[in-house]
Amino acid sequence: MTGVRLLVGTRKGAFILTSDGKRERWNVNGPHFMGWETMHLKASPADPNRIYAAPSISWFGQQIHRSNDGGKTWEPVNNQFTYDGDTGTHQWYDGTPKPWEFKRVWHVEPSLTDPDTAYAGVEDAALFKTTDGGQSWQELPGLRRHGSGPRWQPGAGGLCLHTIIQDPSNADRMYIAISAAGAFRTEDGGKSWQAINQGLRSEGIPDPNAEVGHCVHHVAMHPARPNTLYMQKHWDVMRSDNGGDLWHEISGNLPTDFGFAIDVHAHEPETIFVVPIKSDSEHVVPDGKLRVYRSRSGGNEWEALTNGLPQSDVYHNVLRDAMSVDSLDECGVYFGTSGGQVYASNDAGDTWSAIARDLPAVLSVEAQTLA
Amino acid sequence: MIRVFLPTPLQTLAGTGREVQLEIEGPVTQAAILDALEARYPPLRGTMRDHVTHQRRPFVRFFACQQDVSHDQPDTPLPPEVVSGKEPFMVIGAMAGG
Repeated sequence: MTGVRLLVGTRKGAFILTSDGKRERWNVNGPHFMGWETMHLKASPADPNRIYAAPSISWFGQQIHRSNDGGKTWEPVNNQFTYDGDTGTHQWYDGTPKPWEFKRVWHVEPSLTDPDTAYAGVEDAALFKTTDGGQSWQELPGLRRHGSGPRWQPGAGGLCLHTIIQDPSNADRMYIAISAAGAFRTEDGGKSWQAINQGLRSEGIPDPNAEVGHCVHHVAMHPARPNTLYMQKHWDVMRSDNGGDLWHEISGNLPTDFGFAIDVHAHEPETIFVVPIKSDSEHVVPDGKLRVYRSRSGGNEWEALTNGLPQSDVYHNVLRDAMSVDSLDECGVYFGTSGGQVYASNDAGDTWSAIARDLPAVLSVEAQTLA
Repeated sequence: MIRVFLPTPLQTLAGTGREVQLEIEGPVTQAAILDALEARYPPLRGTMRDHVTHQRRPFVRFFACQQDVSHDQPDTPLPPEVVSGKEPFMVIGAMAGG
């Protein structure tokens, strides 16, 4: 049966929401890992029943759990993330050198082709890989050893590797993003990396050609256009049409160009979604109105999507991994808020409804289209 | 036989109840108990102490005979009451909040 499974990570565990292809009625299952902050969970494109989850708790640290039955049951797998060789240093907030130290996993990205292979983006920023279903994790150290590594500095949320994008047309090509180092690309399966931050402009970075230092919040790509990337930077919505070699701004008429989440329509590579957020100190939607903005022209021209979303007294945030799309014929769009609501649209954003209202603060939403 | 009390999150991870019982050969120390716990319940690795350095996680405490032994050296022998099983070795998630 065609349907959608939403994998929702929250401050206090994970929830799994399911619906048939109409996406009008949803079942909420959970919490899984109750009490454990679940930054992210995601299913394997190669085996829809294989899901990796990354719950952590300050007392007992990081766990990685794996499901082989679509989230009905879970088993803990290896939680050891040890940096390769000499850890070296990055910059601390005051500019002093600080040794790399593992804190937690921000994002798990299963391989497009092998259910036993997955990538983990961690804080302090590094990329790890498993090829045995999570029984062991090895760092891809070429990223952390990029020449700019000693100059990477954490954003307010930590020095986190939060975005991992695989190019479906080239297994050796991958994009990642780090707050607040910037975006990077590999063309050799993660052995070596190139900083791809030219064209980004950030207040506080006077050098327009700075190799790193930009606070990239999230990057999205349509699988049919692996050279076109969309970025929600701390401030500014950006676009690149050459794999990140050069970016240009597409914020256009957005009410604020600050935000976290950005995603691309499953069937229209020029249709993108963002949720503008008011300022880097307040972190709530502007004017008390929850609005998704959609551009059907690849940026610059944006329309507010409000039908079904509350338009008064809303003071929530939508975080970087908390928006996702499904790939059914009529593209579904989903996002979760810091207030614990999950909203769904089964018509590419034209209309919305709350499919969960009182969850813990939502950290991530991943839509999984079930055949 | 050594009796160990685990906090609820670790019971869930290990798939046990509150108390687990361990046989330990040689001196009964904090390190020996954690070694035995992690060997029997691999999901507990990294939850009480660092995988590599074996440094105790900051919000994990160890009690024996009502005494906080968290700051003792890991190879310090534990009290006879723990060795005999009369008293449990307690792993506790520290009260943390504000």
